[in-house]
Amino acid sequence: MIVGELFLEFALLSFVAFGGVTALLPEMHRVVVDNHHWLDDTTFTHLYAIAQAAPGPNILVVTLIGWQVAGLAGALAATLAMCLPMSIVIYLLIDRWEGFAGKRWQRAISLGVAPLAVGLIFSGATLIAQSAALGWAAWALVAATLVANLRTKLHPLWFIAVGAALGLLGLV
Amino acid sequence: MTATSTESQSRPDLRALFLGFSSVGLSGFGGVLPFARRMLVDERQWMSAEEFNTQLGLCQFLPGPNVVNLAVLVGKRYQGVAGAVVAPLGLLAGPFLIVLLLALLYDRYGNLPQAQSMLRGIAAVGCGLLFAMAWRMGAALRDKAFFLPFSALTVAAIAWLRWPMPVVMAAGLVCSGALAYWILGRK
Repeated sequence: MIVGELFLEFALLSFVAFGGVTALLPEMHRVVVDNHHWLDDTTFTHLYAIAQAAPGPNILVVTLIGWQVAGLAGALAATLAMCLPMSIVIYLLIDRWEGFAGKRWQRAISLGVAPLAVGLIFSGATLIAQSAALGWAAWALVAATLVANLRTKLHPLWFIAVGAALGLLGLV
Repeated sequence: MTATSTESQSRPDLRALFLGFSSVGLSGFGGVLPFARRMLVDERQWMSAEEFNTQLGLCQFLPGPNVVNLAVLVGKRYQGVAGAVVAPLGLLAGPFLIVLLLALLYDRYGNLPQAQSMLRGIAAVGCGLLFAMAWRMGAALRDKAFFLPFSALTVAAIAWLRWPMPVVMAAGLVCSGALAYWILGRK
């Protein structure tokens, strides 16, 4: 039962989504493309691109993956699996948060998890690059986006529009 | 979107929660947290900046989609269980429908060469944005000499060796967290 499997896999992932859903890109790829062969590399990359171009929270890439794997039921199951477990935990925990916020072990976890999240996001970037089998022109676009995003305050939609246009013109 | 002073003092009902978070969900690209803050603290004044930071603190401490977790907390605060369901629904309903529409278009036209090349271009840009995000988060790390090696180890385990992430995160968190615990005690 593919929808059930999808739900369980993504619910498990939601427990390690430190750094948000974006940090899960490499693991979602591992589960969905490498382990279960539900999607191929190109489709995975395309779904990531579509999610980038759509408004809303980052979690929607999960919705798209669910949709491609198992239609509407898959989209609902994947989205719910990603949101529900931690929603319940946080609902139950908030009343105690004031009690342990700022304690040494709490700060140690926050401090310790940050470098792991950096590594996960970086891994996600290398993975998209690999899956998309970027050529040298596309790598130039990656580098230009990196520099422009760090140096300017341009809205990300401009970058996406430029990427789409360069793609359409067959330049990347 | 401007709330009058009488409205801002009343507790938002389920409808207001749904609509408020809908506006947040539809307003941002690649992350909507700043918009959530603007809606909650500045526009509708459902909470003070300080309260917002406390609630966000727990959302950022725990794994998972931060802004969804935040919606759960705000919903709970004003309308209990019903609010905790309705607020995240409002946040996700609009973007969910938009993304499904795009998925339908992709199913139908995704094989066209033009669509393929356009998505290639967007993927390259998206890749650049991810590198930029990693760079920014890396630059914001405290005690880089201690902690950046953990970033490198994570990349080696995940991107290169392709180890399963739950295992890598559990092991990484124990080591990195223990180091952080020691550093915090030293200061």
